Amino acid sequence: MKALEVKNLSFKYLIGKEKVFENLSLSINKGELVAIIGRNGSGKTTLCNLLRGFIPHLTQGDLEGDILLYDDSILKMDLSDLSDKIGYIFQNPFIQISGIKETVYEEIGFGLENLGVPRDEMIRRIEEIIKLLKIEDLKDKHPAELSGGQRQRVAIASILAMDPEILIIDEPTSQLDPKGTEEIFEIIKILKEQNKTIILVEHKIDLIAEYADRVILLNDKNIVFDGTTSEILSKEDVMSYGTNLPQIAKLGIEYNNKVEKLSKIPSVLEEAVEVFKDKV
Amino acid sequence: MNGIKIDNVVFNYPNGFCAIDDVSLEITKGEKIAIIGQNGAGKTTFVKMMNNLLRPTEGTITVDGIDLKELTTAQISKKVGYVFQNPGDQLFNRTVYDEIAYNPRYNKLEESKVKELVEDAAELCGITQYLKSNPYDLPFGLRKFVTIACVIAMGSEYIILDEPTAGQDLDGLVLQSKIIDELIKRNKTVIIITHDMEFVIDNFDRIVVMANKKIVADSTKKEIFWDFEILDKASLKQPYISKLAHDLKMKNYIIDIEGFIAEVKNK
Repeated sequence: MKALEVKNLSFKYLIGKEKVFENLSLSINKGELVAIIGRNGSGKTTLCNLLRGFIPHLTQGDLEGDILLYDDSILKMDLSDLSDKIGYIFQNPFIQISGIKETVYEEIGFGLENLGVPRDEMIRRIEEIIKLLKIEDLKDKHPAELSGGQRQRVAIASILAMDPEILIIDEPTSQLDPKGTEEIFEIIKILKEQNKTIILVEHKIDLIAEYADRVILLNDKNIVFDGTTSEILSKEDVMSYGTNLPQIAKLGIEYNNKVEKLSKIPSVLEEAVEVFKDKV
Repeated sequence: MNGIKIDNVVFNYPNGFCAIDDVSLEITKGEKIAIIGQNGAGKTTFVKMMNNLLRPTEGTITVDGIDLKELTTAQISKKVGYVFQNPGDQLFNRTVYDEIAYNPRYNKLEESKVKELVEDAAELCGITQYLKSNPYDLPFGLRKFVTIACVIAMGSEYIILDEPTAGQDLDGLVLQSKIIDELIKRNKTVIIITHDMEFVIDNFDRIVVMANKKIVADSTKKEIFWDFEILDKASLKQPYISKLAHDLKMKNYIIDIEGFIAEVKNK
């Protein structure tokens, strides 16, 4: 079942000289974890903003085509109706945090307050999320005194508390250390198991290789590659679009080109162990 | 003595929170060094003390033999430049040009010299075409290069980059490698904080690992990425190629693709 569908979309920002997208079509199924990759400036965040309705509701521009959430056009829906269906986790946690709440606990409750969730239910959800994200030690702190990584976790918590069915997550780990990053991906995995539809923009390609179902590569106003994760992330061409490949795939390609042909280019560790176990 | 020398430094925040607990380190002039470790380990606090943005509660830091306590902010910028983790903390001018020109102008350089410095730094950082733009009209990834250009134009001998790799695409990472190489060629010293282990492996040999307010290791990448005790203490993981070599029970501390392929060929 299609959760989101983009139909022949063209878009240009009001102040932009060039179109960001030209006749782009795409559909995302319910329960799918889709990673959007591409060089900076290829439109990843713009696409997220369109799927969330921030464009054209908050930021205007020249838009053609349509975007559907199930059967309803996002372009015609009310932004506030969208907010409990699609959650958006911003790229920059310094922007996401409200700045008007004095503790992390209240910050996480901010969205729920605005949705008018009853007090008991609010407390239950906040505590559940705090536990899920392992931020018990932060709950009484002031959001302004958190480190970059801590803020990123709080930003994620405040959206998950609203329990949206679709999640758009724009570079959730840019400020996080490797362990914190894996923890976020583990949370994303749990959300996927809860059958959430997840659209993820992320540069940490090795982790996309491990967790995503599908990869979409954006370049020059449209989609260049769209396919299963292992299919796309073993293509050498991906790197010519300013996007890295997993280390494991790079090793496979290098070996394939310089030593001997491989039957399959691995993109994750387990596949590489299979490929190389008889060679070492 | 040339270099940065940090002796038994302690840093307590005004609320009493201790962020750095008795740390010593020597950095030789002209070298490049990566500081890695968990969020909250104290990395940013530590490097901010190297250019007086924070002053140690205890201990001393000398740069080229001069005690940092003796230097004013203007003097320190000649010596040590710091590129902030969040560009928003650093940028405040209306155009990229004015931003990069800010420190050279503050130092009352001739406008022709200022122009030369701005153009050189902008070219190295790949932002020449944005000199007339407002820094805040640029996306995060490019804004980071504006902040790096500012510090290059300052002419600092020691350049500290705090998580420059965050949010960069492949082109951005390749350009950052190029900038680091060029700075080393110009006899600058580069100190970087990053979470990108592949970037560390590609560009650095000496690695300092911080965990829980202290330095827990200071060694070569081969030593560090195969020392499971240290990795565990700092909540770090082996990079992918090392992990693969480990899972395949290969020897010789492999850390990169080149090393891996050489080892397989050797068999």
